[in-house]
Amino acid sequence: MTTTDADSSGERAGRPEPIRAVPVRHPGRWVAAGIIVVLLAQLVNWAVTNPALKWNVVGKYLFNSSILQGVQRTIMLTIIAMVMGIVLGILLAVMRLSANPIVSGAAWVYIWLFRGTPVIVQLVFWYSIPAVLQSISLGIPFGPGWLITDDPKTIITQLVAVCLGLGLNEAAYMAEIARGGILSVDEGQVEAASALGMPRLLTMRRIVLPQAMRVIIPPTGNETISMLKTTSLVSAIAVTELFQSTQNISNSNYEVVPLLLVASIWYLFFTSVLTVGQYYVERHYARGAARALPPTPLQKLRAAVRRDPVRTAPALAEVPWVAPHD
Amino acid sequence: MTDGPPLANHPMGRPADAIPMVEAVGVHKAYGRLEVLKGIDLRVERGAVLCLIGPSGSGKSTFLRCINHLEKIDGGALSVDGELVGYRQSGDRLYELKDREVCDKRAEIGMVFQRFNLFPHLSVLDNIVSGPVWVRKAPGPDSKERARQLLDRVGLADKVDAYPNQLSGGQQQRVAIARALAMDPKLMLFDEPTSALDPELVGDVLDVMRALADEGMTMIVVTHEIGFAREVGDTVVFMDGGVVVEQGDPTEVLTNPRHERTRSFLAKVL
Repeated sequence: MTTTDADSSGERAGRPEPIRAVPVRHPGRWVAAGIIVVLLAQLVNWAVTNPALKWNVVGKYLFNSSILQGVQRTIMLTIIAMVMGIVLGILLAVMRLSANPIVSGAAWVYIWLFRGTPVIVQLVFWYSIPAVLQSISLGIPFGPGWLITDDPKTIITQLVAVCLGLGLNEAAYMAEIARGGILSVDEGQVEAASALGMPRLLTMRRIVLPQAMRVIIPPTGNETISMLKTTSLVSAIAVTELFQSTQNISNSNYEVVPLLLVASIWYLFFTSVLTVGQYYVERHYARGAARALPPTPLQKLRAAVRRDPVRTAPALAEVPWVAPHD
Repeated sequence: MTDGPPLANHPMGRPADAIPMVEAVGVHKAYGRLEVLKGIDLRVERGAVLCLIGPSGSGKSTFLRCINHLEKIDGGALSVDGELVGYRQSGDRLYELKDREVCDKRAEIGMVFQRFNLFPHLSVLDNIVSGPVWVRKAPGPDSKERARQLLDRVGLADKVDAYPNQLSGGQQQRVAIARALAMDPKLMLFDEPTSALDPELVGDVLDVMRALADEGMTMIVVTHEIGFAREVGDTVVFMDGGVVVEQGDPTEVLTNPRHERTRSFLAKVL
């Protein structure tokens, strides 16, 4: 072994010789891996050779037009419900942190109510609400108003009821997630912003929320994946989404299991897409939190192909970011 | 050492020059039952540098935070540039200022924190322009040009695109000073600016502060750097237990303290 001055050696000085030693053996790891591989092979073999699964039927219906319509409806409901949930949830979180006890109390009651009752109950409730309301009007509380409709069914259609049911319920969960994120931001950040003369809302929007996002994103990804599957509950009020569209078909051809596989494949496909999306969104908001961003899977692959050591991601400065002027 | 406040860098001949930049009269502050400030009387002239020293828990930082209304005072009167902090007087009645008005006043006072408190999600440049662009609505390109000049001044011209956590503590604190200066403050507050730094990084930050003092900036510095207080301060104030124990010329207070408490404190830190 040669000792070299680490600072001045650079390229010219020889590297110390690598240590030669017999590596520790891990027989336990090999046994565990062996067991899992055998079990997995068994499962695949069963899935491929079992005629009851009828993969040809799965293939036949996977891109069936009514299934695709169901897929479309499921995606739409997920997006609407999550957008409602996130926007309303952040609003509720800010309300809960308000100094005004009525405002924070109202947010607390909302969360208590919507988190405390099952989604299916809320869905059916919104679906049935036109029967309870005689009319919908807009005006001064307890004062005069303008009638919007005397047939609430025309406004609260099935689809609106579904969006209300899923979105309002989601807002209660998102509110707690957002509140946790906001509370995770160091108090010094608010102080520094205040000292610069930033008003409270500006501080929230420009300083606190962007940093809270790091904590908010992972559970939100979770919620989105959960929502994708929760949309299957709306079949209870006769809205045909992915699950219901597979049920409609299996009700007529009795191919229950293959059509459940069709639904599962689609759900898995979209949760996979969401998982990848979440990775990149998290990476975006990690700017400034990590010294260097982790490489993307694509970068890792490229590095592996080139047999380079895995390089760190591009310099933080290269990542596009909303500049403070707008 | 200067005897009086240096006024050379300020427009002369205006009556405003007679008004001190900061004036505290019997300032009280309590957290519940705990009285942190028990009647502080202080005056900081324009262009003067006042160093606040004292043991932790003596109320120095609290007093500093009262000056830009991060903390509300419970009694006494505190004014900056001749205007009350947090209140407006009309007749013999006090009116609390609206949030917006408090913000406008804070924007004129720069503050530097012990823990830097840079915005970690923004680049160094964006940290510095955040005040001018978001608070003052100044045009982006001009503010960026100004930010580059400020960064050059604190010796970090090459760190424009870096993010705060890629910088050392000393570099972060100098960016924080540049961020405060970007608002063209009439008064700078420093809350133990070097206490969180590795010893070898302290010097760079103090150099920047010294240069600022030489340019005539009015500064209040809470510090444990006795050397800095002696060299740069026009006045040194020793606080303990929520009261001002002793104040005066730095050489006087630091070498010939009149009070026993000042003496024992200095014996420990020097």
